[in-house]
Amino acid sequence: MHMSDGIVNAPTSLVFALVAVLGLAVCVARARRDLDDRTAPMAGLVAAFVFAVQMLNFPILPGVSGHLLGGALCAILVGPYVGALCVSIVLLLQALLFADGGLSALGTNTTNMALIGTFVGYGVAVALRRVATRSRGGLLLTAFVAAWVNTVVAALGFVLEYAIGGQGLALGTVFGLMSGFHALIGIGEGIITALTVGAVAAVRPDLVFLARTAAPALQLRTQGVRS
Amino acid sequence: MTRPGTRRASRLPVAFYAGCLVVALLLAGVVSYAASGSPDGLDAVTQTGCELDESGEPVGGTCIAQHAGEHATAGSPLADYAVGGAEGTTGLAGVIGVLVTLLVAGGLFWLLRGRRNGAELDHGDGRSRDETPSRVE
Repeated sequence: MHMSDGIVNAPTSLVFALVAVLGLAVCVARARRDLDDRTAPMAGLVAAFVFAVQMLNFPILPGVSGHLLGGALCAILVGPYVGALCVSIVLLLQALLFADGGLSALGTNTTNMALIGTFVGYGVAVALRRVATRSRGGLLLTAFVAAWVNTVVAALGFVLEYAIGGQGLALGTVFGLMSGFHALIGIGEGIITALTVGAVAAVRPDLVFLARTAAPALQLRTQGVRS
Repeated sequence: MTRPGTRRASRLPVAFYAGCLVVALLLAGVVSYAASGSPDGLDAVTQTGCELDESGEPVGGTCIAQHAGEHATAGSPLADYAVGGAEGTTGLAGVIGVLVTLLVAGGLFWLLRGRRNGAELDHGDGRSRDETPSRVE
């Protein structure tokens, strides 16, 4: 779901580049507390895994394919702040080395896939945390739903940017096609995310961020004051 | 607060890391040959309304993709997931991409990491510490 240069006009690209920079600055500041000797290598591997799986386009309709975006996957495994950085690094390297996604579109692509997709996907996962921590099946279901939503909202991010600074096709058509295609792509994203999270949880449940941080928020806050 | 030495730094799960890397390398290096070559959802939308030539460039009609420019790094040796533009090198390009991503992301996260052994904040460890304060010296 990588936009090329010129899909939206220069002012729109610039605005979303600023959004992306601000968002990533917050992520860098907050990622620190989620990274230690064990989770830092894990996060690097998660980014490499997302790069690999983004190469694997799967067909959704005749002549149309889709690929993993990875925001929810990263957020569930390494947390939303580190996760957003994982997806951003993948997008940056794709644009710089592989001519995949325009350089001037890095802001919009980062906003859609790394920020919107990751944080909304993580929000869904947190909302379903009681389901996720009840059983392995609950965790897989949570991963699937979070990933499906992550794909659809990232697509809607594009529709928003197109509405602000794009031309060439009626906005209603863009909205209909984007949400329709990505409702289907989201199923693939959901399956890949559930399989991956399930595999990690089966081998190293301590390396699943969502499972590690499953304690109620109130308890965490009390503890923070105490220490 | 940080209490150095109260918790033995657990050994890194090196075997698990290695397994993850092997899976990523196999996906990018081998499975990538089976990937669909059709445009993805967004590209299919931007091409809607245009006739395309063999290379996928819009040649007639009206569509969003007509406004797209040539990619600034189209001359990169890894452009379009091929090494030097050679056919059949998708897997090698993918392997290079996985390793570069791991180095860049892993390096950044290693530099960013705030805690040395995970003992400072909750994430499960803190809770057991609070429940058994007498063990902490």
